[in-house]
Amino acid sequence: MARPTLAAFLRRGMLSGAMCVGIALLLAARPGSNLAESLVYSLLIGGLCWLSIDGGRLLVASRLVQRDAGGPAAREGWPGWGWMSALIVVGVGIGFTLGTLAAEAILGEPSASGGLRGTLFVGLLSIIAAIVATGFFHARGRLAAVQMQAEAARRAAVETQLKLLQSQLEPHMLFNTLANLRALIATEPARAQAMLDRLISFLRATLSASRSGEMHALAAEFERLDDYLALMAVRMGARLAVRLDLPEELRALAVPPLLLQPLVENAIRHGLEPKVDGGRIDVSARRVGGRLRLAVRDSGVGLRAGMARTDTPFGLQQVRERLAATFGGTARLTVEPADGGGTFATIEWPLPEHEEPR
Amino acid sequence: MNAADDAAPTALIAEDEPLLARMLAGDLARSWPELRVIASVADGDSALARTLALRPRIVFLDIRMPGRSGLDVAQALAEDWPARDAPFPLLVFITAYDEYAVQAFEREAVDYLLKPVDDARLAQCVARLQRALAQQRAAAPDLVLQHAMTQLRGLLGALPAAGVARLDVIQAAVGNIVHMVPIDEVIYFEAADKYLRVVTAERDYLIRLSLRELLPQLDAQRFWQVHRSTVVQARMIRSAQREESGKVTLTLRDRPEKLTASRLYAHLFRGL
Repeated sequence: MARPTLAAFLRRGMLSGAMCVGIALLLAARPGSNLAESLVYSLLIGGLCWLSIDGGRLLVASRLVQRDAGGPAAREGWPGWGWMSALIVVGVGIGFTLGTLAAEAILGEPSASGGLRGTLFVGLLSIIAAIVATGFFHARGRLAAVQMQAEAARRAAVETQLKLLQSQLEPHMLFNTLANLRALIATEPARAQAMLDRLISFLRATLSASRSGEMHALAAEFERLDDYLALMAVRMGARLAVRLDLPEELRALAVPPLLLQPLVENAIRHGLEPKVDGGRIDVSARRVGGRLRLAVRDSGVGLRAGMARTDTPFGLQQVRERLAATFGGTARLTVEPADGGGTFATIEWPLPEHEEPR
Repeated sequence: MNAADDAAPTALIAEDEPLLARMLAGDLARSWPELRVIASVADGDSALARTLALRPRIVFLDIRMPGRSGLDVAQALAEDWPARDAPFPLLVFITAYDEYAVQAFEREAVDYLLKPVDDARLAQCVARLQRALAQQRAAAPDLVLQHAMTQLRGLLGALPAAGVARLDVIQAAVGNIVHMVPIDEVIYFEAADKYLRVVTAERDYLIRLSLRELLPQLDAQRFWQVHRSTVVQARMIRSAQREESGKVTLTLRDRPEKLTASRLYAHLFRGL
């Protein structure tokens, strides 16, 4: 249910009133009754029932939230059917008694349909109306809440997609690559063509990963990393040495697309690029016990104390989020200083049983 | 007037990507045949050292480079340039992406090139450099340096500061004890290799943070950068005295040593 607001409260009041008018019309259709009298009874009893039940609901829900006892539903104004049953009984009791008294005072005479049977009939009618109304309002509120949640989830997904795309199409990387391409076209056209092919498959993979997000084979993941690293190798020349190591038995494993990309990019951007002599980067996949371990190791400048504390690069946060979304709590990302300088990043998750390598 | 003015103008290229450095040299050879590229370096530290040693008239500086960034090189050049011996070089910054305020560069630097650089844009840059060289021919090296420093101050001041939270306490590890040093007690910070010296009245600490990372976290009204490697708390400065070189010597409250404010920051001490 949406957060309790005055507008929503009044809207529920109007709907309850409309329901009372409907009931009055039905009652007035009985022989020997008159419409004006039915309207007064129905509106007064129904109105007071709604006021006590709806008011009671908001009161109980807010108390539950204060005591931290009601769960998420209470925060949206719904204390649960147990509380609501009690509220309906009490609310109808109050509404029926006070409403009848008030109607009699206004009309100046006891109800035309008086007597025990009449009282029981109107009481029963009020209870049924209250249950129907409560169920209706609850369902409506739930629907609105679900719609709001869906909307929020959709917006978050679009935002993540956009951030993913932005982080992977880093403009600095893109324009430097194009500048290198421009330099090669005149002097070494064959190499320029090879570099352009790499750029095309890198861009294609990046765009489709941010759009569909469907899993692809680990072999395909390594090919995309190879594209990216080949582009970087043209740019950095002798300053970059690369080794990719993917055992045959793990090639077909399904992984989220470009999951390793941010780790490799961090290794280059924060590890090797700032280092005057450059260095090497090793990407490997291993089966360790029942788990898959993907590792990116660089021999760069290493983690800086200041950086780990002040900001988490978007790349790492994004890898964590994607791991959590795909594997729940079973996957793990660690980034630590590598032996002998540089940075060592690993991702691990349990291998699925049926995909155990034979 | 010295002999260099009549000789062919000289340039140094600082660009870490070998293909791009080669390309720029080649393009310059075509669009400005008289220009002599006397060195091509691939990192910021070499750019600083070679520029100071060779004193070219023009330096093309890639902004993102290993070691010092192009901006750090420019700052260090302005501080260490031998004022009277040679005119301060004209600086052309190069970047692949306008991550810095382009307007500031257009206003304050001689030129600012975005990679990839096309032929028309390079020709425009060459024309601008030639005009600037002609203007400099009449001016004394002192004035050239003055002008360059005004530009650099504007440039460094206009760079966007990252939206980081202000630092209240410095955490400095000594052995396995972490000392909490309130920022108020810091008299000055001094860059020392990969570390930062945090100096208080009683003692000093080393923390692993660069001055560049620290600066946006400090209140610029209270902590003044006076040199590329020194930031001092303004209320802890006792006096400032101008030296002949244009540098300013600072004495401190609660510390016996003196600090040097470079000529790039000498303007902070207005009475001088």
